[in-house]
This record gives sequence, C-alpha cells and structure tokens, in this order.
Amino acid sequence: MKPLLRVAELGKRFGARTAVADVGFDLYAGEVLGIVGESGSGKTTLLRMLSGQLTPDQGRVEFTARDGEQLDLYALPEFRRRLLMRTDWGYVHQQARDGLRLAVSAGANIGERLMAQGDRHYGRIRDEAIDWLQRVEMPAERIDEAPTTFSGGMQQRLQIARNLVTRPRLVFMDEPTASLDVSVQARLLDLLRQLVAELQLAVVLVTHDLAVARLLAHRLLVMKDGRVVEAGLTDQVLDDPQHPYSQLLVSSVLQA
Amino acid sequence: MSGPAAGYNFGYLDEQTKRMIRRAILKAVAIPGYQVPFGSREMPLPYGWGTGGIQVTASIIGEDDVLKVIDQGSDDTTNAINIRRFFQRVTGVTTTTLTGEATIIQTRHRIPETPLHEGQILVYQVPIPEPLRWLEARESETRRMHALAEYGVMRVKLYEDIARFGHIATTYDYPVVVNNRYLMRPSPIPKFDNPKMHRNPALQLFGAGREKRIYAVPPYTDVVSLDFEDHPFEVQRWDATCSLCGSADSFLDEVIVDDAGGRMFVCSDSEYCQRQREAIS
Amino acid sequence: MYVAVKGGEAAILASLEQVDAARRGDRALAAISVAQIREQMRLAVARVMAEGSLYDPDLAALAIKQAAGDLIEAIFLLRAYRTTLPRFGTCSALDTSDMLLQRRISATFKDIPGGQVLGSTYDYTQRLLDFTLLAEAAAVPALEAVAVEPEASPRVADFLAAEELLARESDDDGSPPPDLTREPLSFPASRAMRLQNLARGDEGFLLGLGYSTQRGYGNSHPFAGEIRHGWLSVEYLPEELGFAIDIGEIEITECELFNQFKGSATVPPQFTRGYGLAFGHAERKAMAMALVDRALQAEELGEPVAAPAQDIEFVLYHSDNVEASGFVQHLKLPHYVDFQSELELVRRLRREYQGRQECSGEPE
Repeated sequence: MKPLLRVAELGKRFGARTAVADVGFDLYAGEVLGIVGESGSGKTTLLRMLSGQLTPDQGRVEFTARDGEQLDLYALPEFRRRLLMRTDWGYVHQQARDGLRLAVSAGANIGERLMAQGDRHYGRIRDEAIDWLQRVEMPAERIDEAPTTFSGGMQQRLQIARNLVTRPRLVFMDEPTASLDVSVQARLLDLLRQLVAELQLAVVLVTHDLAVARLLAHRLLVMKDGRVVEAGLTDQVLDDPQHPYSQLLVSSVLQA
Repeated sequence: MSGPAAGYNFGYLDEQTKRMIRRAILKAVAIPGYQVPFGSREMPLPYGWGTGGIQVTASIIGEDDVLKVIDQGSDDTTNAINIRRFFQRVTGVTTTTLTGEATIIQTRHRIPETPLHEGQILVYQVPIPEPLRWLEARESETRRMHALAEYGVMRVKLYEDIARFGHIATTYDYPVVVNNRYLMRPSPIPKFDNPKMHRNPALQLFGAGREKRIYAVPPYTDVVSLDFEDHPFEVQRWDATCSLCGSADSFLDEVIVDDAGGRMFVCSDSEYCQRQREAIS
Repeated sequence: MYVAVKGGEAAILASLEQVDAARRGDRALAAISVAQIREQMRLAVARVMAEGSLYDPDLAALAIKQAAGDLIEAIFLLRAYRTTLPRFGTCSALDTSDMLLQRRISATFKDIPGGQVLGSTYDYTQRLLDFTLLAEAAAVPALEAVAVEPEASPRVADFLAAEELLARESDDDGSPPPDLTREPLSFPASRAMRLQNLARGDEGFLLGLGYSTQRGYGNSHPFAGEIRHGWLSVEYLPEELGFAIDIGEIEITECELFNQFKGSATVPPQFTRGYGLAFGHAERKAMAMALVDRALQAEELGEPVAAPAQDIEFVLYHSDNVEASGFVQHLKLPHYVDFQSELELVRRLRREYQGRQECSGEPE
C-alpha cells in the first residue's frame, strides 16, 4: 500500500531563525499522527507546510490522489492545490471562527464545499447538511441558525462537519480542542475518535496536550526547536520516552 | 449631422485613448465575461454617473452611428438626456429614441424591451463590476477566485436566501455565468432582463469607469443566471398591466398618483410603451 | 404624474442658469477675479492643484471661482481639463535638496545647519478672529519673503542616512514612473504607485487615516524629521536636445517623518521614513500623507497589518475624492427599476411572513 502522505527533508527558515528542519515521515490511510511539542517548537509551521499554506524552503510533500497518482504538492499548479484543499483534504482550526463563515447559517457552512464542487441541487445539499449535523451530534433543527448563536463546542462540531462533508481522506487538525472547556473537550474527542475510525481518515494532529495525543494519535512526533527529536507509537513514546526532552514533556504532564 | 463642438476631438477622447480602450474591448470580447483593467480617464461627468459607459461609447462611435441613451429604460430621464447632450456636443451624431434604429444604445439599469438585432451594440454603465465583491472585499483575492473559477461562495448566498425565504431574494444585478466560464455582474438591471442577455444577437459591452474595468458578452453567447436545479431562476411578474399601453409582458414601474396612496403601473421602457400605444390607435 | 419624467432637457437648461446666478450672488458687489483668488486664497489654490494633479495656479483659481469655492468640485473641474492635455514627457526627478526655502523646520534636532526657519505659518497665530479684516482696506505691510539658499541647509534625512540610521530607499532604476491617470491601479502596488495615489488623495481622508495611526490603529511613533516649503526648478530633458532645460519653478511642501523600527531577521534596527509631498504650501496634507505612506509599508517591513491605514487596498481604493464624490452622489440618480424590484420582493416577503404567522396561529 502506498502512503497517503509522504514527507521528506522538509525545512523552513524565517530570516536567520530555523523554524523547521529535516522533517520526514509517511502517513497511511486511517492513521492518526500526532505532532507534539511546546509552543515555538515548529509544529504549527510544519502543519502549514504540510497543508499547502506555506511554501517550504527545502524538501517535498507528496500526496497520493484517489486515482493513485503521486502529487508533488508544491509543484502542483495553484488551482490543483486549492482543489485538493476543499475536496480531498480538511483543515480544522483551533478557533472555530477561523474555519467557519460566521455570517451564514450552519447549513450553508456545511453545504459550501458541496456547492464549490458544483452540486446544484438545493434539496440534496440541505439533506447532506442535516445528515452531517446529526453525525456530529448537533440538533438538525438548528440548521438555519448562524454559528455565532452556538456554543464553542458546537461551533467546533460544525467546523468538523463542514470539512467532512466532501469525504476527505486527509484532515489536518490544529489544536482542535484547546479552546474548549475540559468537559466539552472530552465529548468532542470521543466524537473525533469515532469519526476517524468510521471514515478511515488519515489525520495530522498538532497538539501541545499529551492527553489529547494519547486519546487520538496512533503515532507521535515529538518536536523541539524545529526538529523531530523522537518518533514512535504513541504508547511507546508516552510510557517510555527515550529523548530527554520527551521525558521532560511527559514528566511535566504527570506532575501537573 | 452637425459636427462636433469646436476645440474637442470627435467623441471627446483623443485617438490614442480610444485605441487603448478599443484594445481593452477586443480583449474583453475575446474572453467573454472577463474583467479587463483599462486606463480609465477622468471624464467631465462624475464617477458613478456613467463614465465607464461613456468612455466605451466614445471609443466605438463613428460619424454614421445612431445613438440612443436610456436610464431606467427611459430616454427622458435627466441623466439620459445629459449623456445624450454630451455626445451630441462632442460628436454631432444623429440620436434617436427608437430602439430598432439605433446602432449604439447606452444604458443604465435596463435592457430595452424591443429585441435587439445583429450589428447593434448595447453599452452598459456599470457601478461595481465585481460579482464577488460583497463576499470578498479584496481585489487581489477576487481576481484569484476568477482565475481559479472558485465560485462556490456565490451559491452560498443563494442557498441562504432559499433557507431563509424559501426562494432566491436577489432582484437586480443578479449574477450570471458567461460562456460557461466567468461569473459576471450584469450591472443593476432587474433580473427580469437577464434572459435577454442570453444568446443576444447584439454585442454587449460593459464599462466601469471608477473601477477601471471593461467586460463584454459577444453576440450569441450563453449567459446563464445562477440558480439551483430545484429552485430555478425566475423573473418578476406583475398582476397589473401597463396603464398606458396595456402591455402585459414588459417591466413595469410603479407610479404613485395621489395622496391616498393610489398607484398605477407603467412600462419602464418609455419608447416601447409609446410604440405599443401607437400600434393600438 | 407619469409626465413628471418628461421635460428633463428644459429642466437641465434651467438648472444650469441657476448655477450661474447662484455663483454670482449679490450683483451689488463686485465679482471676485481669478487673480484675486490666486493671490489671496493661495492655500485653497494649493489644495486644488495638488489633488487635481495639475500645477497651474491660474486654472486652479478659475476652477475655484467656477465651483463657487467647493474645492472638491474645483478639483474635479481641473482633472477633467487635465485629462485632455497632451503628454510631452516626464520631467527629471526633483531633488528637494535644491529648494529655495521659505520655511523649514525639524522637530528631531534642536539646531541644524541652515537653522530652523519659521516662515509663514498659522501655528502661532492664536486663532483670534481678526476683525480689522472686516474693514475693506486694512493695510498689510508688503514683506519680501525670506528665502534660504539651498547650499546652506542640507536635508535632515541625509544626516541620518550618512550614519545608516535611516532605511535606504530602493534606488531609482531610471524607468519611467507609473502614471495613475493612464493605467489602472494594480496590486501589489509599488511605493511609487502608492505615493502617487496619496499625493492625489483627499486631504481629509489622509488626515483621518494618519490620525488613526497616532491613536493606536497601526503602530506608529513618528518624528517630524523635516518639513520644508519653498520653490524648486523643474527640468525637462528633450530627447532631441540631449540636455535638460529649465521649464519653470513650482512651489512645493515636503515632509519627512522618521519612525523607529526595531529591525527584522534581515534588516538591522534603524529609522524608516514616511514621505509626503504636495504642490503649494500644504503642510497638513504633506504630513498626513507621510503618516499614511509609512503605515502602508507595514507589510514590506514584516509588521502586522491590522489597522485600516496599513491596508493598501483599502487606502488606495478610497483616497480619491473625485471618485468618492461621484459615487456617493450617484445615489441621486434615479433607481426606479432597482427599487421597483426590491419593492416587489419586500411585498412578497411580507405576504409570506403574514401567511406563516397565520398558519402558526400566533397573534400579530
């Protein structure tokens, strides 16, 4: 089986500062890869390069299209890259308001990707939107309400539904639960875990929260100063960290 | 014809400028619906009052042309009169109110009811050329959206209308797709007029002076109003007929006739109305 | 009733006569002459020349007279005339170091070579209405304006530049500058394009934007490095002649503001410059322009772009008062057709709303 995402020797500098250096990994369908590290470790820069939003200085990002074609992300023409971003990929922002259109209804938020793909049947778009509201455990009768009337947890669910409606195979998540209360977090994590399994999603998950990483990720990359200092299966890295920095990260959580 | 006013070039603009604008028009015709930036000149009429349409007309008008100018469908509104007077002064060409006789029709907000024929040119005055403007304020971003044909967000607006009202609630300046490629604003004509743009035998030119854009719909080009399969595009209908000519199929303006709120409906296209009346009598 | 829209032509002609009559005012008073406006309203003339993009004090004064003192209308008149003028070419770049100075101040150094020259300024007039001006013939002493020779007063910016404390502007590569009146604005807009837009931009708009940067909408801590006002020769190099010829003198105001810049990964800490230039004596305009010019450099300097004054598209698309005035006032034009469409829609929506209310059985 070909990996869905193949990353090699990825690097980015901002002026004199190295933000990301020499990152490489393969990601397969249905696999959740957690990228952990404290703020400033380069994980968000890495995520932006993986998701086509920031051109790397070095290295390659390759994605396997549905027809098996191997796409070199940064060699693709812009329209192909943008097409990928709104069809085969999803991106869940930390702040729901960055990923939603706040001025239009929940239904339109979910339906937007379908309309962008050329679906021209209102009734069908609406049925899909209702279906997805239910799948993210939101009341279908709120379909015509604006996201601003929803709680933080509901907004995040809506953002997830909006991404998943086109059945993407790869979803990027940037601290998806960080802005929520602990009790709300737990329910959302549960939902995410269920959706990922059900849809066989590949996920690149950036988080500073090791508890979130343990619950969702199959494998982990630990980043420090723009480099991967440790990589492995989640349980292995969290229960028996090898690198001193990973040990520090894990122990600081235990103490907290 | 009486010849142009002394001290001004025929058509007011100098020949170099006319050539520049004609090049923009040719490009616009070659890429239907695409907004071509052009070096819009400062005209002696205010921006927003038809400077784009005037520059287009001034660049294509010749001594043998017959010009008709309408605003809101009527030849008699002050702005239409003013623009017609301007062209009389600077070109001396023959003007007309008869749609069938005109070779160039400059319009604001309407397409004449009388069907146009081959060889005619309809010049629209355009205030805001960008159909995506209310959804995205940035020109750099809207140009990219056009380049990549990313028009999904436009349908989001229509979706919202239906979700809210049960039908699409855009009544004028209703967005169209030209030649199956570019999303285009037809200028603030009522959606009643949209079907007239589709495969029209006349050349349709659009000038936006303040925004410095020209675009075009060549003769017999597909112009399709945006809609949904299960909520198809439809035009306004009136219960009333024109109080003056009895027409049941033209766009009607509502006129308040007394203090008690009494109303009557009359054709917005004054020339069409006049001819209908002549045909009856 | 319906004929109300007829007779438009006669109405227009009658209106034109009224414009003339209203402009003339009380015929018992002498008509104001263009020369009087040029000489006695020089600041209004300066503004019309600057925003009309045409240096011609006589025509600017004529436009002010014709517009009955409405400066934006006068600017419009001057621009509409300017557009018909043939272009001979582009003058040599002006070097404002060569100005014959009438006024020159710096807020950054207590004393500078050439000194501070206060010249004519309203800054210290105390703004008390001078009732002696009510008298027709109040005598004002005729004074020769004091002019300072350029050699004695080098530009303040040059001192900082010599120490490399002031950011170096990219060198002039000799290519002809863009002409906003001939080509449309495009993005990303070069600094030359931006400065040209601001030079033509509405003083009030730039003043408000510049002010906003000082109040925290955009992180700006400017110092008035130098403001100079005076006269400068304009040279033109005809190709067939092979050497530059002097084609006249113009009066200009220049403002250079210095802003502290903490440096980025590639640029060391230094001062950056906001630049303003206007025809005639126009300090408020030149300073506001300099503030906005600096704010618009935010993106290039790697500063966050958050405030309105830093938003290049927003500023450049809304600075032109002739465009703005036309589009705002076009609302006066008939919109019967669009309004009719909306009227029909609102009536329909109300019917549907009432239908829903009745169905749900709720009282209205």
